[in-house]
Amino acid sequence: MFKILKYSFYDLMRSRWSYVYFLFYLLLGLVLLFLNNDLSKAVITLMNVIIILVPLIGTIFGVMYYYNSKEFTELLLAQPVKRSSIFLGQYFGVALSLALSLVIGLGLPFIFYGIFNSDAIGNFSLLLITGAFLTMIFTALAFVIALTNDNKIKGFGYAILLWLFLAVIYDGIFLMSLVLFEDYPLDKFSLIATMLNPIDLSRVLILLKMDISALLGYTGAVFQKFFGTNQGIILSSVMLILWVSIPLYLIRRISNKKDF
Amino acid sequence: MKFLVFILSLFLFSFNYGTANTIEVCGSCNYKTIKTAIEEASANDTILIQKGIYQEYNIHITKPLTIIGKGLPVIDGEDQGEIITIEADNVTVDGLKIINVGTSYTTDFAAVRVVKSENFLIKNLELEKLFFGIYLEKAKNGKVINNTIKGDAVEEFNSGNGVQLWYCNDVEVIGNNIKNVRDGIYLEFSDGILIKDNLSQNNLRYGLHFMFSNEDTYENNIFENNGAGVAVMFSKFITMKGNIFRKNWGTASFGLLLKEINDSEITNNKFEENTVGINIEGSNRINYTDNDFRNNGWAVKVRGACYANIFEKNNFFNNSFDISYNSKLNDNSFDRNYWSSYTGYDLNKDGIGDVPYRPVKLFSYIVNRTPETIILLRSLFIDIIDFSEKVSPVFTPDNLMDEHPLLKPVSHDIH
Repeated sequence: MFKILKYSFYDLMRSRWSYVYFLFYLLLGLVLLFLNNDLSKAVITLMNVIIILVPLIGTIFGVMYYYNSKEFTELLLAQPVKRSSIFLGQYFGVALSLALSLVIGLGLPFIFYGIFNSDAIGNFSLLLITGAFLTMIFTALAFVIALTNDNKIKGFGYAILLWLFLAVIYDGIFLMSLVLFEDYPLDKFSLIATMLNPIDLSRVLILLKMDISALLGYTGAVFQKFFGTNQGIILSSVMLILWVSIPLYLIRRISNKKDF
Repeated sequence: MKFLVFILSLFLFSFNYGTANTIEVCGSCNYKTIKTAIEEASANDTILIQKGIYQEYNIHITKPLTIIGKGLPVIDGEDQGEIITIEADNVTVDGLKIINVGTSYTTDFAAVRVVKSENFLIKNLELEKLFFGIYLEKAKNGKVINNTIKGDAVEEFNSGNGVQLWYCNDVEVIGNNIKNVRDGIYLEFSDGILIKDNLSQNNLRYGLHFMFSNEDTYENNIFENNGAGVAVMFSKFITMKGNIFRKNWGTASFGLLLKEINDSEITNNKFEENTVGINIEGSNRINYTDNDFRNNGWAVKVRGACYANIFEKNNFFNNSFDISYNSKLNDNSFDRNYWSSYTGYDLNKDGIGDVPYRPVKLFSYIVNRTPETIILLRSLFIDIIDFSEKVSPVFTPDNLMDEHPLLKPVSHDIH
């Protein structure tokens, strides 16, 4: 597995795309800091970017990589190598290189700007960790989609749809149901609904750091307990890890059963 | 000659009578208790209390006296009741530590109470384990300076206020440090009061609380981490200047709560990290100028029945919501403020954005209706509906906008 991981990783590191990705984040960080001149404001803008763009890029890149390296995968499958280690190795190669581009690309401009001497360091590192998690989650989901769809166009379609659903439509349905059922106690429902969407989950995790004053304005014992104590952060982190491990398990299962 | 001697002796005698004597109180002195010293003292005397612990309560001061503690002597009330009651004009109390005031559900026992007196001076006291701290009742022209009041309040119903003014006029409350009581400073029916340079923190209810008090000023105070910040209710002509309202977090927490306030000035204050910066209800003709709102949940929450208020030259930095309204009506004006979430441009480079800014978002309207939706804050979907509302307002007041949003924060000159 590690050999394949190493191979995929180096392959990707040499490829144009990870440079483009890395340069994009580098530029984004520089422009944000240049325009804002204010670290904490830049961190807020960055949050929007991370929550929307990182999943999108993770999904598309994951699907693309799978389809592009399909022939090589088939060649590997003929060798005496375990199936799960082939796919998991490829997955980790993609996810790690993407996460690395993100962390280094965004980290460099902020380090030069003096993030270590600023009190925004906590928020910023949380942002990067969530970004890395989102990359892992959405690349894994992309691999699951690609594995179940041999048709490239269909696979891309589903992947984009998945992103669109989780990033926009889910929140729309969520909001509508909250407004429709406003007469009922909704705090448990809204917390559970948040947990079931990795994008919402990471958004709330970042909000817990940045907008805690607004979140604490709501009168509800469950919310209070969730937002007011460390329980919120611990629970959200556990859910994020679950969100990585469940698609990973699916990759393993599907790849073991799949007929190539 | 005889006459002259008589006059002279009369003069001397009266002079002698007029000079203030100093009476000392200590464990080995003639006077071992403060009470006896006060009883024996004549008007305008000075009572010097040496270092030590005095178990006394119900000390009534009924003549003009100066009471000074040396090396912070402790008066321990042993939870029996009120400790010092001032019932005369021109009394000074300085440098005492007063502990263990009795708690009662029927009487408001205080560490120091001033009743119907003028020209009092209460300074450098340290109050601990108290019910009420300094209670001024129908008092005038006095000063409460540099006291430290540290309570241990847990519940609102069985705790008292740090400094309470009831039917008082022209009193100055300056440089006090008040924490862990019910209301830090409480004013009821008190006019012409100056509250300055105080630090009021970790109080159960309000850091500062006005009821039916007019023409008062509070400036350069810090209110931090109180149950609900500062409340100004049913009052007129209040000046609020240069105060800092910080970290008032919670479901019913405000930096500043205004209810039925008219004709007041709110200038140069800082509101930082409060759940609600200012909560306004039924308040008219108030000028908000040169204030900073930073990282609040809601910078300003307007609840209704607020007319002719003016918001000018304020800075709004990174608040989750800048302004929130619960109706479509607006009679307040917003002009020349800086909004960190403004996205317009300035083509003629005069520092004023060319596109008006709408500080009320649709989402704040939704959150008012269904509070649980707060969990969707900063989601892409919310940004999309906020944007469409910005383009054509349906739910939010359409005349509510800042026609001249500033591109750079206003720099305020003081501090």
